[in-house]
Parts: sequence; C-alpha cells; structure tokens
Amino acid sequence: MKPSESPGCPGIRRYGAYIPPTRLGLGAMGGRKASEGGPEKAVAWNDEDTLTLAVAAGRSCLLGFDRSRVDALIFASTTSPFQEKQAAALIARALDLPRDVRGTDLGGTLRAGTTAFAIAADAVKAGSSRNVLVIASDCRMGAPGSALEANLGDGAAAFLISDEEVLAEIEGHHSISDEIVDVWRSGGDAFSHSWEDRFVIQEGYTPRIREAVDAMLNKLEISPDEIARYALYAPDKRSHAQISRALGLDPAKVQDPLFGRLGNTGVAFAPMQLAAALEDAEPGERIVVASYGDGAETLSLKVTPGAAAFAPPRGLSWHLARRRSVEQYDHYLQARGLTPREWSPAEGPGLSATIHFRERDDDISFRGQSCKACGALQFPAQRVCESCFARDAFEPECLSDRIGRVVTYTFDYFFPSPDPPTVVCVVDIGGARVHLQVTDCPPEDVKIGMEVEFSFRRIHEAGGRPNYFWKGIPRG
Amino acid sequence: MATDSIANKAAVVGVGCCKFGENWDKSPSDMIVDAAYEAYADAGIEKPQEEIEAVFTGSLYSMAGPHECSDALKLFDIPVTMVSNYCATGTEALRCAVMSVASGLYDTVLVVGYDKPKDRGVSGPSVMLDGVRSLPKTPAGWFSLCAATYFEKYGAGREDLARIAVKNHHNGTLAPNSFLKREITIEEALAGRMISWPFGLYDCAAQTDGAAAAVIMRADLAQARRDDAVLIKGVTIKSGPNPQKDPDNDFLSWKPTAWAAQEVYAMAGITDPTSQIDVAQLHDCFTLTELLSYEDLGFCEKGSAPEHIRSGRFELGGELPVNTDGGLKAFGHPTGATGVRMVYENVLQLQGRAEGRQVKGATTALSHNIGGHPTVCGIAILGLP
Repeated sequence: MKPSESPGCPGIRRYGAYIPPTRLGLGAMGGRKASEGGPEKAVAWNDEDTLTLAVAAGRSCLLGFDRSRVDALIFASTTSPFQEKQAAALIARALDLPRDVRGTDLGGTLRAGTTAFAIAADAVKAGSSRNVLVIASDCRMGAPGSALEANLGDGAAAFLISDEEVLAEIEGHHSISDEIVDVWRSGGDAFSHSWEDRFVIQEGYTPRIREAVDAMLNKLEISPDEIARYALYAPDKRSHAQISRALGLDPAKVQDPLFGRLGNTGVAFAPMQLAAALEDAEPGERIVVASYGDGAETLSLKVTPGAAAFAPPRGLSWHLARRRSVEQYDHYLQARGLTPREWSPAEGPGLSATIHFRERDDDISFRGQSCKACGALQFPAQRVCESCFARDAFEPECLSDRIGRVVTYTFDYFFPSPDPPTVVCVVDIGGARVHLQVTDCPPEDVKIGMEVEFSFRRIHEAGGRPNYFWKGIPRG
Repeated sequence: MATDSIANKAAVVGVGCCKFGENWDKSPSDMIVDAAYEAYADAGIEKPQEEIEAVFTGSLYSMAGPHECSDALKLFDIPVTMVSNYCATGTEALRCAVMSVASGLYDTVLVVGYDKPKDRGVSGPSVMLDGVRSLPKTPAGWFSLCAATYFEKYGAGREDLARIAVKNHHNGTLAPNSFLKREITIEEALAGRMISWPFGLYDCAAQTDGAAAAVIMRADLAQARRDDAVLIKGVTIKSGPNPQKDPDNDFLSWKPTAWAAQEVYAMAGITDPTSQIDVAQLHDCFTLTELLSYEDLGFCEKGSAPEHIRSGRFELGGELPVNTDGGLKAFGHPTGATGVRMVYENVLQLQGRAEGRQVKGATTALSHNIGGHPTVCGIAILGLP
C-alpha cells in the first residue's frame, strides 16, 4: 500500500513493557534492613542498563510480528550509556530490525517518551513511515541517601505506532515547552538533582500538566467526563496525589503510579502508565497521558474494538510479580558502579573496535547459522561447518527468540560481580552449543536440562564502554 | 598417512629443572640458565656452544622466547625456535626436537620450557578479555564444565577431587624443586575458598615461575654417551574441537586425551597401559582434569576413577603412581615449562634418581599435557632401552 492510500488514524498497534527483576527495599538504603513487603523500587542490575531494558521491552512488543516491517525506531531516554553514539542503531541490531530502519535518539528531557509518540504519530500520518517502534527507557540515579534515590526506579516500555491493526488511536497531542531549572543532570554527573520539591510542584509540575491537559481537551473538543483513564507522570507519590486533586479527577480513573513498587522511571514513566492502562482498557475508552519535563506533553488515545486482539505476552503485573530482593545495599552500589574497586574492568585497554564490528551480528543480533548441506545449527558464524565440514554454505539464523537447554554449568567466583558467583553454562540451542552466562537465576536453581530463554545484557565494561551479549534466563 | 615413525629415534641424555615458585628475585634468563646448565651437566656437555645444534623453546607468556633463550645461554649461529600450544607447550617443544633429530637434521638439540607469570601482579591467571562476547577467561571456569555432568552421571563429588589434591600435596613435599611443600587434609581441601564450582582453591594448580630443560640426542649416539639414556618411545599432539561449542560433547571427558593416547600407545607398543606404564605425570591443572585423564588414558574404566582414587592406586606405593613430584598442583605450573618438567621427573624415575618418591623398577613412564579450552593434548612416553 502506498502512503497516500492509508488514511487511517495512527495509533498503537502493539506494545510491551519491561521491569528489571531486582528490587531494592527503600529501608535497605543507608544500611538498614529492608522489611519484606515494605516499599521498594525496581533497579537495573550490573548486567542491565537503559539499552538492555529497551531491547527487552522492544522484544516483548514485537514478539510474533514481522520485524522486517518496522521502518523507524525512536529511542527516548535521558540515560543512554553513550553521550556520542546512537543507541537506536544498537537497539535496532539487537532487535534484528531491517538495515534501512530510520533510527532516532531522543533525550534531554523526561517528556521525551511522549514526544516520541507525537513524532511517530505525525510520521505515520504523513505517510513517511508505516510502523514506528517507540521505546522509552530510563535508569536514572539519585545520589546515595538522597530523596531522589528513593523515588527513582528503572523500567522501559515499547509501542509500535502504525495505522494498521490499531488497538488505540492517537487522537491528538499537545506540547508545552518551558524554561525551568527543577530537575537536571549536568554532563559527567552520574546523579540527577532536584530543586526544592515545593517549588517544583507549585511552579512547574502542577501548572504545566494542567495547562497541557486543558489545552489538548479544548483542541480536541473533549470534555473530562469522556475520559476513562489517566496515565500521569509524577515526580513522587505526593505530587501524583496533588495533580489528581488539582485536575479534579475521579481516583478510580487514575492509573496506580506504582510508587513503592516500581519507582519513577523517568522518560518511561508515562509510557509505562499507558501500557498498564491499555492492559485493562475496554474498547471505546479514552486514555489521557500526561508527561512533564521542561514543559509538559499530553496525548489522547481512544481504544478501538481491535484492542482485544492483542495482549503483551508478559504484562506489567507479571513483571511486578517477578522480583528478587537485594540483600545488601552495598551490592546495589557495586552493581551500579558506585563503589571504587581494586580492579576495574574499565581500566583495561578495551576491546578492539574492529572485532566488535566484525562480530556485531553474532554478539548483538545473536545470529548463528544453519548449514545448507547438513542442516546443523551453530554459533557463532564460521566458515566451515562444525558437523559436516561443508564450506561457506550457511543461512543466518537468529537465536534470540529460541529456547535453550542447559548441558552443563559452573558457578564462577572469579568473574567480577556484585554478588558472586556468576552462573556460566553451556546451552544447547537446537543443536548449537553456546557458552554463556545465565542470569536472573540463583545458583541453586540451575539444573542440567533446565530450559532457558535469552536476554540481551551488558556483559562487561572493558575499555570503559558497555559491551553487550546475550545471556540465558530461566524460561518464564 | 606416513608409515615412518619418530618412535625410538631420539633419547634424553640430560635433564634440568630450576626451583619452581614465586621467583621474585629471578629473571626468565636466570631460570633458563639454571635449568639448561643442569641438563648440560647431566648430559656431560661441556661446550654447549659447540655441541647444541638447535634449540626448541616453549613459552605461553613470553613474546620474545627465541631471543630470551639464545641470549641467556649465548647460543648463536644456530636455529632457536619458540613453540606455543597452550598448556601442552612443553610437550610440543619436545615433539619438535624429536622430529628434528629423527629426520636426521641434527644429532643434539636442546629443549627449554619456561614461563614467568609471577611478573604480572596477579595471583592465578588474570581475568582476560579477548572478544566482545568471550567471558573473562578463567581456566577454572572452562575445566569445571565437566563436573556437573560427571557428578550427576557417576555419583562422584568434591571429596573424590580432594583426595587428588591431598595426594599431590604429599608428593610435592618429596620433590626438592617443588613450590608447595605442605601436607593437606581432605577437610582442608574441601574448606578452601571457592574459585569456580566445584573447584575450591585446593583443586587448582599453583601458578608459578619456572624453567625446565632436556638435551635430546639421536638414539644411537645417546646409547654411546650413557647406558641409561632414556628413549622417547612416543610423543604426539592432538587438536580437539572447542568443547564449549562442540555439538557432540558429553562433558564426561576431554576428547583430545583419548585421541592422543590411542596414537602414542601405538607408537610405543603399549597395548595395556595399566600393566605397561609404571609411572605417570598427568596434567592436574585442576583435580578433575587428573581424574578424567585416568579414564581417558585407559588407566581405568570410564566412571570408575573415584573408586580407584579411594583404593590408593595412583598414590606413591600404589599400582600406578601419578604425579610423583606433586604435579601442577604442588610442584607448580609455569605453563611452557610444565611438559618439560614432567620429562625431567620421568627421567629421574626411570634412572632411579627420584629419591624419596622413587617408583621401584619403573621402566616406562608417561607424561600428559592438556590445554586450551581444552583444545589440545600432548603425550610423551619415555622408556629404558
């Protein structure tokens, strides 16, 4: 179909979210013992970062979808591991998206996630893109002991914006840009900072959100009683309650902001709230999304009758239920690189960029090959078949969505880790044997024959750069 | 396939080995000179500059082996060649020397194996990265991959491994040039800090500095030089697939050992290793490697090693003593030197010079190296004529 022949309204075609399984009890900060069942937040562990969360959310969104049809990727985050180097290009490779995908990184502000929606919707409406993957992901840190540290959590959400098979139409959006120094992070600083919260709420957050919501509803000629659900960003629990009151919202219509379970996920906050709303929404319902950061941004979506046809394989409630507690606050500090170490992988000479370049299909896309002569699957790509010795006769095969089986294992106490040992396995994937780490799995659970799925993870920081490969995780 | 064999064409006429250990005050040159001049003296070589026609040196860590060796020994105007084949480097250097003599190219050559890992500032092997996805390389992490599978299939456990460490520590106390001279108990071995399950500290070889040397001579000339010259009855190296991606690997043995054993036994005329081999030096980089080697070399049936360990069969005084000088575990493991150090020990055993650890009446001795992931095995069989 040519773009001019697709007059449908752009909207969400598929979506998925991801929450890292590790939880830091707020009581554990400052060395106290966390009470089981007390407030906590989701934290990316040492093999996770904004990019790995983004890839996980993207895979959840695209599971079962023909990836060759994705023609644009917008990655929104304030915590890309790179200041210079496009994250979208790496994510596209990990998701095995086509080479001619248009990659964009959006950052700088916490409302970049909703901005990505608006740009994607406009691109689809204009006919320049057909299926735009929007991923919002953040892993922000507050300084140890700060109020921000207790509030911030890590997470990601992904949405495929299209004008086909739309689950929720994007009816419109409104954006306000405003200059205010309320929350910021300067170059080279690991931690976000905030001015006094009363100032932020009174002069920034509350009036800007209200202004953007009102302006959008006026523009779209929608009255508040036509809105079924609100997916609202908020810096913390108190300001979330205040904005609901200021807007005069029925609490039953407002999504649970998940403070005390997930935390403020920054750029991903409002998109994750939207994902949660979509999981429960009925056809015909209208959802208003509002995000904040150097101004405010709002979206209005209307759930279509087609919504029932799609549900993400693992919803937010599945991710919230999958949790393991950090035993010591010190482990968290180590996992996030906040404690000095005698031996730092970042001090090594680093890996050859040319090796990284040659191995990018193996390492980032997890692409193996099957032999055209004997059919044997193998990893990594190699010139001569491991089984029948045929030369240069292979078809590439992406292994990331396959299921593996543990052949043997060891627990490595030498591998640098905040909480050793590291589980290392040889895994059989359809006949291919791959030596890799297994993560999100306590050693006592590892068994020969255990089934694993695969997760894109940060494997080490040699050369001061993040380096990525796939790890096994117990089959969910 | 060539029909000619290198078996029995070369002999060892002299061996030397420096003290293995954390040789903070010795350079590679110091250790090479100690080992080579002991081998010269043993061989009755008084003018090495006139008698040594070629040098085969083996080192894993040095990038400058040929010059380091020729400069230390002042051996010039001859070929000095360095070989490297993981932990089988020492046996590989010996094999190259034997081939050069068997071919008729030289009459007398020198083998020098050495390494100096203790200049790197780390205890044990350093955690290395050589590719994006390669996990930091820890040999303990590679060699332990046979444990879960072997334990599950044959009901073995960490105590079976501990007995090997206890034996090798005991033997090490009897060898003058060994690094560790301390008896340990099974309880101590089991209580060591974990390195890579199931390997605790005492399951792992002691990485040390060291050098060992051997003078290799054409067999007929060697017999004329000394009547107890030790014949090289067979020596071989076999490559193997990376066990981590080999689709057929059962993780119950390391394939190259069985392949190398088959060939070297044929060369040496060994049809029943249990009765024909009197003493063996096996590559105990980790206790489990020694255990699997008993089986892969045909010393006992697959899966039966634990019962033979418990029976004391491989201890000094047992039917087939293994690692009589303490092995890699207690004598030390300077990678390139290890295969040559094993030849040193086997020559002493065959010539009745092994003092308190002497295996009585030994006439045939085996030495075995395995290295890489492991992806290579080298075996040498020495015997009295």
